[in-house]
Amino acid sequence: MAIVIDETTRVLVQGISGRIGQFHTQEMIEAGTKVVGGVTPGKGGTSVLNRPVFNTVREAVEATGAEASLLFVPPPFAADAMMEAADAGIKTSVCVTDGIPAQDMMRVKRFLRRYPRARKMRLIGPNCAGVISPGKGFMGIMPPAIYTPGRVGIVGRSGTLGYEAASQMQALGIGVSTSVGIGGDPINGSSFRDILELFEADPDTDAVMMIGEIGGPQEAEAAAFVRDRMTKPVVAFVAGLSAPRGRQMGHAGAIISAFGESAQEKVEILQEVGITVAPNPSAMGATMAQVLGGKAAA
Amino acid sequence: MDIHEYQAKDILARFGVPVPRGGLAYSPEQAGYRARELGGEAWVVKAQIHSGGRGEAGGVKLCRSEDQVRDYAATLFGHRLITKQTGARGKDVYRVWVEGACDIAQELYLGFVLDRKSERIMIVASAQGGMEIEDLAQDQPEALVRMIIDPAVGLVDYQARELAFRLGLEGGQIAQMVTVLQACHRAYSELDAMMVEINPLVITGSGDLVALDAKMSFDTNALYRRPDVAALRDPSQEDPREAMAADHGLAYVGLDGDIGCIINGAGLAMATMDMIKLSGGEPANFLDIGGGASPERVCQAFRTVLSDANVSVILVNIFAGINRCDWIANGVVQAYKEVGLTLPVVVRLAGTNVAEGQAILRGSGLPITATDTLAEAAEAAVAARPHPVAA
Repeated sequence: MAIVIDETTRVLVQGISGRIGQFHTQEMIEAGTKVVGGVTPGKGGTSVLNRPVFNTVREAVEATGAEASLLFVPPPFAADAMMEAADAGIKTSVCVTDGIPAQDMMRVKRFLRRYPRARKMRLIGPNCAGVISPGKGFMGIMPPAIYTPGRVGIVGRSGTLGYEAASQMQALGIGVSTSVGIGGDPINGSSFRDILELFEADPDTDAVMMIGEIGGPQEAEAAAFVRDRMTKPVVAFVAGLSAPRGRQMGHAGAIISAFGESAQEKVEILQEVGITVAPNPSAMGATMAQVLGGKAAA
Repeated sequence: MDIHEYQAKDILARFGVPVPRGGLAYSPEQAGYRARELGGEAWVVKAQIHSGGRGEAGGVKLCRSEDQVRDYAATLFGHRLITKQTGARGKDVYRVWVEGACDIAQELYLGFVLDRKSERIMIVASAQGGMEIEDLAQDQPEALVRMIIDPAVGLVDYQARELAFRLGLEGGQIAQMVTVLQACHRAYSELDAMMVEINPLVITGSGDLVALDAKMSFDTNALYRRPDVAALRDPSQEDPREAMAADHGLAYVGLDGDIGCIINGAGLAMATMDMIKLSGGEPANFLDIGGGASPERVCQAFRTVLSDANVSVILVNIFAGINRCDWIANGVVQAYKEVGLTLPVVVRLAGTNVAEGQAILRGSGLPITATDTLAEAAEAAVAARPHPVAA
């Protein structure tokens, strides 16, 4: 079943006509993703990679039945594109764009609350690598070859550190049900907790690899969720052990500005609720193998 | 992006926050002249650097004559101020702010920040100002009043009044506080700020509110639509290496170790630094080369890392998704030639076109240590240091 995307998900690409949009759409189609069309305002009626292009998301949804969208929209227009998707009835939107102003994201999050729960769009990202259900389909910019289909979920802020985890697991023969990048921005669509909730309910996921980093309260929220509601084992890693306080480490959200936001503090918070934390970033796969092995033996 | 105190006061005053009269000086003579111009009998002379804790570091002084203003300013100009926030490198003083001294009855704290839990703007205030907010939060958490602003309607007056009453203000101070709060909120949202801090916000002897200090920082992602804010950038307050890297689209943070790092992706960069530390080494920097890195960008990354004289070995760790390992490998080879590299280099490549990338490195005949895993790369970099630091 996987989460967020599978082989039946009808995907729309917002910003399909740009160079980056086209390149990644091609990769997605090659990996079996059901890309049904694209949206570029002013380019309606044309086609890209044999997919129809529409002026508005609403038109595209009506014509194609798209239920998910992937955004390759430049930062000044990204918030607008997210709200357009939400209003057109898109159920899941994944935004790759890096560099969106924080107050734009504040407005987007407030906008999404206008809709009742059943109709509320799930936003993933921005500033993320996307979502992949190996062998089924993906929305994003990751190299699909490093993921083996399997039964472990991955959720992380960083794209490349997520690749690192997936390839360590691949080398040990551990496959992935779905991998979700939630992005490195201070305000993001879905939190660790939101994605853990999906993995907990997914019958095709047995365990979850969670990859956090310095800054923000979301690892602590995830820890509370794991303690109270999660039955599946969770393995974690938190990047930024050597990061100084008050300095932004690349990601807009990767900055220690409050208590509980350093890697050391987060590791303690996660361990306290029984999460197995990998001792170093080169041991993420091996730690997952250990936890899965222990579970099989029990 | 941070700005100076005098710039923050100027912005906040334009939105309606009362601030003391003052003037900017670029020399001791000008500082003295500013004091004469302002009139009165006492002035506060404040070094303008992008850091808090200036008072403790000797960068703020109450002066009682024009001569004293000039003499004290002379000790600031061209000197480096080291505060507990600047680190050991400190920051150079090129500008001094002179303002009329203020009669203080009480000091309050007022801050506007992006609260990542509620994902909204949050006001943090306290009737006990003057000290650092971090210390206040630790020592007297009950003394802090917090209020969340709904982005759909903005700050509503009743919230501002409620806050004013909770701080123990009275009479005309209530209306003044509402004005200050609304002004700060408008400045925050209209200029894409990430932080507005008035510490202290004082109640004067005559009972009026005045912002005695002010700090603002801005969302760099929004500078494209705030040209007036972008113009306030002061490169003299930035680490020159970080400024140079930023100009080339590289995210770089200088640290104290000797292993230079060139990595793609912020998370992988932090994890690689962690791995270096766990292997017994110290990273010299954080550097995220970004997606789609061309050989030219790789060269620039090498130049940036090498501008730190402490670097004795370079570790390149690339997990290529959008990137391509063959481009990165070409970049490393090119950097050897163009930059005149003499230090040991350890490279770990993974992902898109990894075999091509490794073939380029092998075929180059250069003394590059190629490794397959993150752990091997970190260990090889630690082992390659010519002068291991004593443990």
